[in-house]
Amino acid sequence: MAPSLFDQLWLARNVILSGLGLTVSISLLAILAGSVLGVFVGLSLTYGNRWLRLVVRVYTDIIRGTPVLVLVLASYYVSSAVGVNLDPFSAGVLALAVFCSSHVGEIVRGGLQAIPKGQTEAAKAIGLTFGQTFAYVLWPQALRQFLPAWVNTAAEMVKASTLLSVIGVAELLLRTQEIISRNFMSLQFYFFAGALYFVVNYGIERFGKYVERKTAVPS
Amino acid sequence: MGYTLNFAVVWRNFDRLLEGLALSLGLAVVSILIGAAIGLAVAFALISKYRAAVWPATVYVTVIRNLPILVLVLFAYFALPQMGVRLDKIESFVAVLAIYSGAYLAEVFRAGLLSIPKGLTEAGLAIGLTPMQIRSTIIAPLMLRNVLPSMSSTIISLFKDTSLAAAIAVPELTFEARKINVESFRVIETWIVASALYVATCALIAAVMRQVERRLALPR
Repeated sequence: MAPSLFDQLWLARNVILSGLGLTVSISLLAILAGSVLGVFVGLSLTYGNRWLRLVVRVYTDIIRGTPVLVLVLASYYVSSAVGVNLDPFSAGVLALAVFCSSHVGEIVRGGLQAIPKGQTEAAKAIGLTFGQTFAYVLWPQALRQFLPAWVNTAAEMVKASTLLSVIGVAELLLRTQEIISRNFMSLQFYFFAGALYFVVNYGIERFGKYVERKTAVPS
Repeated sequence: MGYTLNFAVVWRNFDRLLEGLALSLGLAVVSILIGAAIGLAVAFALISKYRAAVWPATVYVTVIRNLPILVLVLFAYFALPQMGVRLDKIESFVAVLAIYSGAYLAEVFRAGLLSIPKGLTEAGLAIGLTPMQIRSTIIAPLMLRNVLPSMSSTIISLFKDTSLAAAIAVPELTFEARKINVESFRVIETWIVASALYVATCALIAAVMRQVERRLALPR
């Protein structure tokens, strides 16, 4: 008798849940680290001097021109070759965070540069220092501009976290593959994993739409 | 420690990397062309006034855009045969990337279609064109010119997605790089050269797209 799908799902519930948990923690870590780094990247691209801008520009262009899978593989293999010996989890999170930072950097730069020059001039005219101008005038406006795009980056990170399965991180996709290698129900379990990813990402997308509505300038 | 860079092995296998790159580009070109056709049809469906057209198009775009492409790749290659659909590695990857790019390009095209003034459709109707003729001879060409900038970044990211074919052992650039890495242990060199090839190709695509944009720009 062929095992029923529900029996198999029930049997695999803990494995799937632990995979899902790891997927979520990988994504969260990558987004947090990537955003912190990305804000510095964006600030350097906007306000840095020529040399800093050049260095950071080269960094983002290289990262954005390389597939995430190559970043993940390179981070995993290269770190062990130079003796840092990151475990697959850290190497993968590092690669995703670097990838995230280049995207967030571009979003932050776009948001800051979209603010009309008159704002900075007006702030200067009433005697604010650059720090004050940035904190009270530019940053709040830029934040409103880039929050929706930033939420979308979060969905990108969840999708990119599947690539960590290639270097052996037991996130949702690798767990699914393990289950399939046991019960051969590839159709059902890939479908199930796809549905879980969809639910997570669709939730993030709806949240992004909500943020977009909330941050829209009332007209 | 004591790792000394030695690119000799990588240069000796450089033609393998180039062959891999050629296959990556081939996969990207074929899939994106099919994807663009899908995307165009879906974009028109998305802005259609018939709900029977809008609804399936919306479901397609939403579902595909919220799924990781690696899941789709593995599904097409390992799960579809269970349903009797047997595709070889390259076919199944091209099918997946085409469907995937269709969803992303549909969003790009939809934004472009919305920016076309209504007067053009009305003018087309006034001179007696059928709705299909208006779409193919007036709206689509104008829209394509308008969306070229956002299309080029979508195309670049789709080209990068060809690296996922390595997961089902299609011998494209990432797969070859990984093989050389494992064979020679020249880890750093291999990955530097492989990502340099990707970065250069992306820069090339961007340059070509900018050239196309300049050629097609309206004279001012």
